Amino acid sequence: MIDKKNIIRLGLILLVLAVLTILNNTMGKYEIRILNLAGIYIILGLSLNVINGFTGLFSLGHAGFMAIGAYTSSLLTMSVIQKESNFFVEPIVPWLANVQIGFLPALLFGGILAAVLGAMIAAPILKLTDDYLAIATLGFSEIIRVIFTNTQSLTNGALGIKGLTRYTTVHYTWGIAILTILFMFSLRKSSYGKALMAIREDQTAAEAMGINLFKHKLLAFTIGSFFAGIGGGLLAHLMGTIDPLMFRFLLTFNVLLIVVLGGIGSISGTVISAIVVTIMLEWLRFLDGVIDLGFMTIQGIPGLRMVLFSLLLMVVIIFKQNGLMGRDEITIDSLGGFFARFRKKEA
Amino acid sequence: MTILRTNNLTMKFGGLTAVSDLTLEVPEQGIIGLIGPNGAGKTTVFNMITGVYKPTSGNILFNNTDITRMEPHVITKNGIARTFQNIRLFKDLSVLDNVMIANHLRLDSNFFSAVARTPGYREKEEGIRKKSLELLDQVGLLEFKDTKSTALPYGKQRKLEIARALATEPKLLLLDEPAAGMNPQESIELMAFIKEIRNRFDLSILMIEHHMQVIMGVCEHIYVLDYGIKIAEGNPGVIQNDPKVIEAYLGVEE
Amino acid sequence: MSINTFFQHLSNGLALGSLYALIAIGYTMVYGILRLINFAHGEIFMISTYVVFYGVSIFYLPWWVSIIVAIVITGLLGIIVERAAYRPLRNSPRISVMISAIGASFLIQNLAIVIFGGRPKSFPIPDYFNTVIQVQGVSVPIVNFFIPVITLVALVILIYIIEKTKTGMAMRAVSRDYETARLMGISVDNIVSITFGLGSLMAAIGGVMWGLKYPNLIPLIGLMPGLKAFIAAVIGGIGNIKGAVLGGFLLGMTEIMIIASLPNVTGYRDAFAFILLIGILIYKPSGLLGQDIGEKV
Repeated sequence: MIDKKNIIRLGLILLVLAVLTILNNTMGKYEIRILNLAGIYIILGLSLNVINGFTGLFSLGHAGFMAIGAYTSSLLTMSVIQKESNFFVEPIVPWLANVQIGFLPALLFGGILAAVLGAMIAAPILKLTDDYLAIATLGFSEIIRVIFTNTQSLTNGALGIKGLTRYTTVHYTWGIAILTILFMFSLRKSSYGKALMAIREDQTAAEAMGINLFKHKLLAFTIGSFFAGIGGGLLAHLMGTIDPLMFRFLLTFNVLLIVVLGGIGSISGTVISAIVVTIMLEWLRFLDGVIDLGFMTIQGIPGLRMVLFSLLLMVVIIFKQNGLMGRDEITIDSLGGFFARFRKKEA
Repeated sequence: MTILRTNNLTMKFGGLTAVSDLTLEVPEQGIIGLIGPNGAGKTTVFNMITGVYKPTSGNILFNNTDITRMEPHVITKNGIARTFQNIRLFKDLSVLDNVMIANHLRLDSNFFSAVARTPGYREKEEGIRKKSLELLDQVGLLEFKDTKSTALPYGKQRKLEIARALATEPKLLLLDEPAAGMNPQESIELMAFIKEIRNRFDLSILMIEHHMQVIMGVCEHIYVLDYGIKIAEGNPGVIQNDPKVIEAYLGVEE
Repeated sequence: MSINTFFQHLSNGLALGSLYALIAIGYTMVYGILRLINFAHGEIFMISTYVVFYGVSIFYLPWWVSIIVAIVITGLLGIIVERAAYRPLRNSPRISVMISAIGASFLIQNLAIVIFGGRPKSFPIPDYFNTVIQVQGVSVPIVNFFIPVITLVALVILIYIIEKTKTGMAMRAVSRDYETARLMGISVDNIVSITFGLGSLMAAIGGVMWGLKYPNLIPLIGLMPGLKAFIAAVIGGIGNIKGAVLGGFLLGMTEIMIIASLPNVTGYRDAFAFILLIGILIYKPSGLLGQDIGEKV
């Protein structure tokens, strides 16, 4: 079916791709890194939004799922030599020593493993409500981190993995981000997406309408963990280094911040927020470091940046409980309406 | 033919017996009333039939199948739908979405074809949309299809809840105080509406109601509960003249 | 394991368990009244240790003065957190309150990094507490006796306040039924403040003693003990003070004993508590001493 909306949609995607290509060719290394991070945070934000926003389950385990994706894809893309130079304390387990596959299949594999483990972790705790589910998922995420710190011959333990090939480029991050956005809109529109939202609105009524709570909550967790795993893999191959400390609760906090600021349940809000928060997180790094004003330098204060962000989170949740955009979406229709009004004003 | 039968149904919460040894029957195509003072255990009976509570003892037969310990969504799939005493709509969603969600259980497309929007899935979705719009038309809510469900006036929210329950294609509909909060005029309309959906959708109805006019006007057979115990049953004429019922219920209220 | 080392571990477990118990009380009291996990409680605990450090090492205050100042400041901090982060959201969905709580937790933690610096500081321990005494040939550091004793005293006073005073009665009334308590003329806001204050005060007592036992101070020390104390509260049955104490001792003891008897799983130490948590949430979510509360349909 070719209708007007699809043409506009395709046009928009092409426009974004064109802008990205231009940015990719003109910007410096540091700016491109931020651009990549923004793409990754879009994927991560949307993945948490499926669980927290669509389904109304409060998960704090995202860093754990990301860790699974990051480690899996890294161990799969590393060459034999890379593995040998990393695993000097204890050699890597034999069945992984000689495996090396391409970046995309490795990412996919990381996502799938994160999804499978995510589903396995979620299954026994799905009946828990609100804050208990939050604490249990946080618990699992910490357990994953503790395990990764201790399995020397599998993850290289606390030393982490260094010198990963930096496969992650703007094409990968934004390409996957756009696919994720399309997936999310399609999910939202589908019968399954609506079933998830029914659970968010009223679990008892949803069940009485024949919705299998367990199956659908599990679905939300599986989707969320899959994309978290992909995001983790992209992050690993952007940084070039991973270690268990990277996947602390702080990482989940950053993703949660994006979803809350953007609008819990809003796809477009999460996307905008991911870009804005990533840029702010990087731009405000100066607060933690040295500020050079030309005529004088101010010693930055470590921690100040996160003070600002935690304040921001609290202010937004206190004054606008569903985040800045709530559950509203920017769609082609609403854009059309906006421009129509704009034109009227001009006339 | 009996569509629903409970045998010696008992529900205990700790030391408290909410429903005791209840046996009741709903015939096919029947409209049956369940009345009693507040706290008599009526909603508890609904919660047991729909699987929200697992009864302490006794069993529930629906269409000759034992559904006593089934999950609520399985029971719905088997053909029992309900409304709630304190309206439970999907608040943030539109009227149409509320009804379409109730069709999800009959959708036999898997997740991947739904998200990929395969032609097969689209066709099914279109079918559901048509069916839902038709249903909204039948209950007189078509003009509100894009309204947020909570923006509807109270009486229409109750109607939407019934429409949503009907969308699951039930054979038995449980209505929990459908007339609550309605004025006399609306109550009279509701009586006609209940009879109409029974005929149109070919189903049986079991309803809890405090509004005596509504109960006596539509029900063919009535069960009276007091403190979880069945104290009387019979047709409206019998119930109205039963001294035990008058003492327990009619004498106190109404 | 010889008898000697067994008793050493036992005394360590008892001390750690006491500390968990003191922190767990704050979680359980707040949950009892507001049905809310006060995520910032671990950070409130952390602040108390820093106040003692600054009092003794920087302002050269006497020991006992620093401790009183720490307890007062921590109690006030608890009350402020409630006013700023939770009170505006009292009638909001629980998820919103929880997000605000996480925000408050990160805020205090990072403020501590800003104000106190991220580098480790050494908690000043009076010489007295560094002594090791011999009991029947078993050498035990004196703090290991001191901590459970003080904990016991604090507990007795707290339970007296809750069970015998008017304020305590009001607290119990509020935790049972908010609206009825309000109708009976109880100022719910004041009672909530007092609850946060008392809970934080207990955490402060725990914090001071934590410093004596584990003198390495960083702004992150609130995180793990906080989470584990919360787990202790869940194990005991959240909302139940005696449960929190029981949970605290059980958790502290289990951690120390597992590590002592299985040295090669030491690396997994921080995972035990979470495994225990998930186990209890799956099999007995109401905890050991808690009651089941179902949802009304």
